[in-house]
Amino acid sequence: MNDVLHQGALSIRQAGKIYDPAGAAVVALEDCSAEIRAGEFVAIVGPSGCGKSTLLNAIAGFDRLTSGEILLDGVTLASPGTEPRPGPQRVVVFQHGALFPWMTVLENVIYGPTRQRVLGADAARAKALDMLRRCGGLDTAGQRYPGQLSSGMQRRVEIVRALMNEPKVLLLDEPFRAMDTVSKSAMHRHLLDIHALYPKTVLFITHDLEEALFLADTVYVMTTRPGRMKTMLRVNLARPRTLDMLVSHEYLELKRQVVAGVHEEAQKAFERGERELA
Amino acid sequence: MMMQTSATTGLASNATAAQQAVPVSPLAPRRRQGHLVVQGVSKRFAQRDSAPAEVLRDCSFEVEPGRLTVLMGPSGCGKSTLAYLLAGYLAPDAGSLTIDGMPITQAGPDRMLVFQETALWPWMSIVENVMFGPLARGDMSRAQARQAAEALLQKFGLVGFGDRYPSQLSGGMKRRAELAQALINSPKVMILDEPFRGLDVMTRELMQEYYVQLFEETQLTTLFITTELEEAIFLADRIVFMGTAPGRIVRGLEVDLPHPRTIGSMTSERYLEIKKDAMATLIEYGAVSTD
Amino acid sequence: MTPLQTRKLWRMGAGYLIAFTLWYLSVKWLPLAAFARLPDPVTVLKEWFAPEPAYGISIFTGAYYKHIIASTLRAFAAFILAVALGVPAGILMGWSSTFHDYAAALIGLLRPIPPLAWVPLAILLLPAAEVAVVYVTFLVAFFATTLNTLVGVKAIDPDYLRAARCLGANRRDLLRDIIVPGALPQIFTGLQIAMGAAWFSLAAGEMIAAQYGLGFLIMDAYNLIQYPTIVIAMVTLGILGFLSSAGIRLLGDRLMRWRSGAMGLHR
Repeated sequence: MNDVLHQGALSIRQAGKIYDPAGAAVVALEDCSAEIRAGEFVAIVGPSGCGKSTLLNAIAGFDRLTSGEILLDGVTLASPGTEPRPGPQRVVVFQHGALFPWMTVLENVIYGPTRQRVLGADAARAKALDMLRRCGGLDTAGQRYPGQLSSGMQRRVEIVRALMNEPKVLLLDEPFRAMDTVSKSAMHRHLLDIHALYPKTVLFITHDLEEALFLADTVYVMTTRPGRMKTMLRVNLARPRTLDMLVSHEYLELKRQVVAGVHEEAQKAFERGERELA
Repeated sequence: MMMQTSATTGLASNATAAQQAVPVSPLAPRRRQGHLVVQGVSKRFAQRDSAPAEVLRDCSFEVEPGRLTVLMGPSGCGKSTLAYLLAGYLAPDAGSLTIDGMPITQAGPDRMLVFQETALWPWMSIVENVMFGPLARGDMSRAQARQAAEALLQKFGLVGFGDRYPSQLSGGMKRRAELAQALINSPKVMILDEPFRGLDVMTRELMQEYYVQLFEETQLTTLFITTELEEAIFLADRIVFMGTAPGRIVRGLEVDLPHPRTIGSMTSERYLEIKKDAMATLIEYGAVSTD
Repeated sequence: MTPLQTRKLWRMGAGYLIAFTLWYLSVKWLPLAAFARLPDPVTVLKEWFAPEPAYGISIFTGAYYKHIIASTLRAFAAFILAVALGVPAGILMGWSSTFHDYAAALIGLLRPIPPLAWVPLAILLLPAAEVAVVYVTFLVAFFATTLNTLVGVKAIDPDYLRAARCLGANRRDLLRDIIVPGALPQIFTGLQIAMGAAWFSLAAGEMIAAQYGLGFLIMDAYNLIQYPTIVIAMVTLGILGFLSSAGIRLLGDRLMRWRSGAMGLHR
């Protein structure tokens, strides 16, 4: 466990990204910095088009930065000179879900370790069933196809699929966005349980301040484009987090500190979205 | 397609149109209108291979004129069925529904239903979409309708977008155009069925602010249906909670947060108390999982 | 069988009955010279099932099966060739934008050319009429397969590819684990279209350039004024086309069991 805790420190240093520098030159990310400790649960809150996804893509290795750098445990992950390369150290759980629909739950979950050849098929299966079981009894669904599961179960399986790779960082890109309140609150419960069980560094991207405060150790509010960190807030609510914390004074106090800033950025993004259409 | 026809509640019903001979300005305050009373309403739906499903059991509640009532409950609790009953698309198996004392028997322009999915016709420009209701009923001349539509679009911050097509608008703008499309009919009551669902949380909060402002100006009687507690408390004068399987009314809760509502309303001590109270109800009726 | 299915079957039966009745009536009662020359359904059926048919073709004659086998072999040869070349071509086009640029314009230009327009060139170029007919048949099936495969590859959610790369997949893994299974539903749609297209261009090709086969039989019967035989050959083509499409659909359903789950049980 200790080993794991000492891994996964993310250092984001003046990260910048300009799309189409020769033409429209859209500055998606500018001078964006954050120090994320190993094992920390970080939520990044920002309006649409604020560069949250750009940052995530750079960390995941889907896209290149145009300035600054991002380090994982002291090793450069992303910089203008680094070839973007995704890998099992930092696995993404996608907004709309990306379980492979043509593979069973079990086939999906063992995909990482078997493709990387770190585990044989039998060992991978055993590990997968164990993790699925720990993460809320999902092992019984092993032989089913993703399309046969509820969206909440699909998300949980996808998180297990990511964890199977022993990643240093788990990148969650608004994974509960399309869910109704009830399923969402159930998913929060599950995610917190899983995080307690497998304390990886988590980067959780969301529009929802409530969700961010409830889940995270640290909340960063991002500005609308060009995206940079506007506010950083330590959430010193005890763990495990419980529903009554949502109506506690501490929670309210935390919310007071950032709600106006979030609202301001939302308003700016909203108005700009309309200006761009006009 | 169904959504789109339905969303323009009873535009063709001329019976009620006749009573509307004196056009009311869509934006004029209308305190005393649109009192909805639901009394002992039950509804079952026939199913192909099994016994009929009981969707609503003995539901009673009121939407008081000039107030914003929120109907809240988990998905599948029959909220939308209630909206359909109030709009007049469905008839109850038992019980009664009235508006200002008159039984609701069919769809009419006095009750405007706005849906969770976009109800704008993609092949019509925004202004044509907004003008459609009064033109279809023959309530207004083309010039009058255009004038009324332009006024509403201005009110809704959509100046210069009248000639655009819906696909050329942002999500938030589309929702506002839908509100204009409903409001031009000068309804006595607005029934909004999860109108901001599908928008991201931030845009959604901005739309809530928008609607609450509109409501505060017009005092337009509103029934707002949602699954989100935050949204419910922010908007409501009164929340009516529904339980599920079968859908039934479990509780009414007065929300006495002061008007006008702003984002500051969401961090007040009173807000916290109300939220605690509401949360307890949701937990009691299984609308939030606590395991 | 549920009442719904029973009702559906009844309606299908009724549809056939109405069509046959209209056919019968139009031949027997309609005072139009054009229709009078048509064989009525009863005559056709009698001929089709006659041990000693008046015009030499019925289910009891060897010649009938010789034509069927000739056509089926050609259709399948063309189809298999189209699949073997079309699926890889489509995947390559979806996978590599360079190859796409090379091929897309060419296909865009060649595809609208009707298969029959190829017949003279095919006969000139190819060593035997037999090969020419297969070639013409292949061509239509090939375009349908290639383009549908391409659409299938393009329609794959890029998040699947990103997810697989996060999980450590290399390019070969991506092709085998994501691209092919992800495009498979669309590929099978393409195969069904290709099979249908193969049959209709086959019949046309055979009318012009073959000594056997159902298309040839139709033309031959026309020249010899054996009208019932024309209809027999037409209906046989219809049945063969339907059966081969159904076979592909069955194979597809079997290969893509994950899709039936998604449709039936998804919440």
